[in-house]
Amino acid sequence: MTDQGQRARSLIRAAITLTAAAAVYEALARSGYFAPALLPTIPLIARALYASLADGSMLEHAAFTLYRVMFGFGLSMVVGIPLGILMARFRPVENFFLPLVSALMPIPSFALVPLFMLWFGIGNTTTVLIVFYAATFPMLFNTWSGVRSVNPLWLRAAGAMGADEQSLFWKVIIPGASPFIITGMRQAFLRAWIAVVGAEMIAASDWGLGWVIFDAKEFLNTDIMLAALVVIGAIGYLFERLVFGSLERATVQRWGMTRAAKG
Amino acid sequence: MQDAVTTITVTGAPGRSAGGDERWRMVARNIFPFVVVGTIWEIVAWAGVFPHRLFPTLEEVALSFVQLTIAGILPHHAIETVIRLLTGFTLAAVFGVTIGVLMGRSRRAEDIFLPLVSIGAPIPGLAYAPLFLLWFGLGNISAVLLVGFVAAFPIIFNSWTGVKAVKEIWVRSAQSMGADDRRMFRHVILPGALPYILTGLRLGLAQAWRILVAIEMLAAVPWGLGWMIFGAREFLNTDVMMAGIAVIGIIGLTLEKLVFQKIEHYTVVRWGMITA
Repeated sequence: MTDQGQRARSLIRAAITLTAAAAVYEALARSGYFAPALLPTIPLIARALYASLADGSMLEHAAFTLYRVMFGFGLSMVVGIPLGILMARFRPVENFFLPLVSALMPIPSFALVPLFMLWFGIGNTTTVLIVFYAATFPMLFNTWSGVRSVNPLWLRAAGAMGADEQSLFWKVIIPGASPFIITGMRQAFLRAWIAVVGAEMIAASDWGLGWVIFDAKEFLNTDIMLAALVVIGAIGYLFERLVFGSLERATVQRWGMTRAAKG
Repeated sequence: MQDAVTTITVTGAPGRSAGGDERWRMVARNIFPFVVVGTIWEIVAWAGVFPHRLFPTLEEVALSFVQLTIAGILPHHAIETVIRLLTGFTLAAVFGVTIGVLMGRSRRAEDIFLPLVSIGAPIPGLAYAPLFLLWFGLGNISAVLLVGFVAAFPIIFNSWTGVKAVKEIWVRSAQSMGADDRRMFRHVILPGALPYILTGLRLGLAQAWRILVAIEMLAAVPWGLGWMIFGAREFLNTDVMMAGIAVIGIIGLTLEKLVFQKIEHYTVVRWGMITA
């Protein structure tokens, strides 16, 4: 069977699976065995999704969530990448920060939510800081191991050709470490995305997709919960595939470095 | 426990003085950053920059840690959390490895499960939490099920990849030596896929651990470290919260260092699949 035929068959089967799963769900929802408030039918979910998109409320919630994620994620890059590079290049920096990082890393970001709520109140600051905390460690660790694993031969070759510190850094170390750094960004975004939803639920502010889900629970609006779930999944998928996929193509693959580090 | 370990290191050290020196320097180097951060913390706490209730000194945190431990409250919370973690994780491991291996071995299973798993995976686990709470009620069942559900995804993905990554040549040489399906599975596929499966279990456990703390806050379980931290917030017991966070960090570190590195050492490394 040809490659294309194979793929077409997989697609058809995937479609069949999803249709079957949807049919089973629909049958369960309509059977009346479960309370309809807890198990809304698919048309109801679609209607809730459409209504919340049409009146703009879902978009506004999504915008708030995205703003928090991007802010925290941006902070984690600003801190994580330089610190990771410094740790890899200078021994004393590594000696100082590595024990601290190893001690903080096993603490899940959500454990800090109540503490941050006390310190920074409910709302954007807490959420952004939780996202920052969650995203910094993968960023830092991948940058660190990326810079350390730059082929020493390249460094010596560049040195022999008379590269000064600055061009060595920009032309050799950064491109060499970039597969790891991009993997780090990918993992960091995934963590950030998880953290933002949780932080929004626990440190309930007024806006955000996590808050929509949690708030809908209070009123048994299961259709809105599931609609928000769809939006959350779609945004996560979009970022993973489109943003990081194309980033990888534009940098690492063009420079001819294989994906050496796929987390 | 902690004391016993230290004593052993202390009595063990003088035997090899050169190695002991090296080790002491290592220990000192690892402790130094904590001393610096701790000192800064103490100075800030004593200076009263922030309200004292919100920013307790380290002695107070240590004191409430000791008091809660002696009173048996902290161990009780911790044990409940660990039991919940292990139950959820066991569920995830059993279902995850089974589904993942099935997906790797049979094209039909792959076609059936892959779309479902790919749709479920990118949604952050905690987003399901309110749904689980509605369906299964507040309390233990929701928490354990959610932890299992969330931890299953990395396990499924890695087992699937692992089985697919078993070298074709091993399979064919085992076949030509007359291995039947059972032996093939036990002696070729399973060991071959094990590094991936272990990675998946490790990721799954880490995932479970992160989610568990949050779900304990939301699901209002009677005991549990997440709940303890969340409850302490109501009474502004920042010292109790920090003691709880410390225990969470210790458990997380122990899981990683003692459980997984050991398992990896005894299986994968011994079979020569990866170098230690």
